Amino acid sequence: MKNKEAGMTLIVKTITRLTVGLILLYGIYIVLHGHISPGGGFAGGVIIALSFIHLMLAFGREVALRKLSQARTSILESLGALMFLSIALLGFLGGYFFFNFFLQKGEPFALFSAGIIPLCNIAISLKVGAGLFAIFAVLVLFKGLGEKE
Amino acid sequence: MELQLLLLFMVFAAIIAVQIEDLLSSVIAVGAVGLGLSLVFLILKAPDLAITQLVVEILCLIILIRATINKDLPLVRDGRWLFNTASTLLFIAFFLTFAYFALKELPSFGQPIMRVAQEYIDKGLGKTGATNIVASIILDFRGYDTLGEATVLFTAVMGVLAVIRRVGRINEE
Amino acid sequence: MSEYILCFALFCIGLYGVLRKRNIIKIIIGLGIIEYAVNLFFVLIGYRTHGRAPILAKDQVILNMVDPLPQALVLTSIVISLAVTALIVAIAIRIYEKYGTFDITKIRRLRG
Repeated sequence: MKNKEAGMTLIVKTITRLTVGLILLYGIYIVLHGHISPGGGFAGGVIIALSFIHLMLAFGREVALRKLSQARTSILESLGALMFLSIALLGFLGGYFFFNFFLQKGEPFALFSAGIIPLCNIAISLKVGAGLFAIFAVLVLFKGLGEKE
Repeated sequence: MELQLLLLFMVFAAIIAVQIEDLLSSVIAVGAVGLGLSLVFLILKAPDLAITQLVVEILCLIILIRATINKDLPLVRDGRWLFNTASTLLFIAFFLTFAYFALKELPSFGQPIMRVAQEYIDKGLGKTGATNIVASIILDFRGYDTLGEATVLFTAVMGVLAVIRRVGRINEE
Repeated sequence: MSEYILCFALFCIGLYGVLRKRNIIKIIIGLGIIEYAVNLFFVLIGYRTHGRAPILAKDQVILNMVDPLPQALVLTSIVISLAVTALIVAIAIRIYEKYGTFDITKIRRLRG
């Protein structure tokens, strides 16, 4: 049957092919500059998840899951959480929990400054992005609920 | 002046979202409330929150539209409708009266009391080296709260993955 | 003062939606409106008239910043509200599969 083709029309597919890489790049930019300009780990992580969800909405479930399978998403999310916890525990080197253990903080407004804050931003963005994509990939599993009579 | 107009727009959109019968229209109205909130955050000089609220609103809309692909209910006025609505409105009026008396004790709009925050602003750059003060608060001065939030997100993802499973479908005909 | 009253009016509209509607999706929408009103109230408390955003600039010394502490608290609250909405929607989809309706007056069989 012709209307069982996965995904949306041709216009949507063409535009998605052009813009999905730019959305991912924008999300990574917001995460990396989280300590200089507004943004941070949470907003950047949601934008990265939105780029993969855009791919899934326009092309269907199979194409998106070929790029990032469900097992790999779970591994990425757990990796993000473990990275955040280990950065916190490493603060014990300096005395107490969550201590900023880089002793020189760099100069302000540079990209490599502010101690552990960029590393924490990257860990949180991994966790938030992978978690939200996993939620969405499972919610789309039961499509066609209304046509089951 | 713009702040009051935007808040009034949000209140109207919220009334439409709660009262309309068609489910897709009410989800779109909730989207309008969220976008208005993002603009209000920008007027109140909070750029971090405006970015986060905008993208979270988009994701929330996608998830809600996924849930409304089924049909919606017709409006049925069974017995005791008048009593239920009247008691709810009475409760809300009661709540608003007490809220008005409590709102008089708050500091007036535009002059916050900043005792702890003044320390964060003065010593933030020296102690952490980050120029975004909100990022230095959530990741360095109050890192525990961010750890708790990461735990809540993890638990919610596990909950969704546990609720939606293929095992145990009852209607197989 | 009028801003606080409008914020409370938003909260009350959401509360009416949670208490009085029969459709589960309307209850979820009411809950979402309550969350927006609470976040708005936090940020309204920390606003200073003619203040500046809490980000340092390279060549100026900024003396009047708005309060950054409520903004830090609301940032995590926004992401948590997304997670809670996703979980409630997943439960609602499961309820539709099992009972065939979204009406809460017909969902009464609590089996183990």
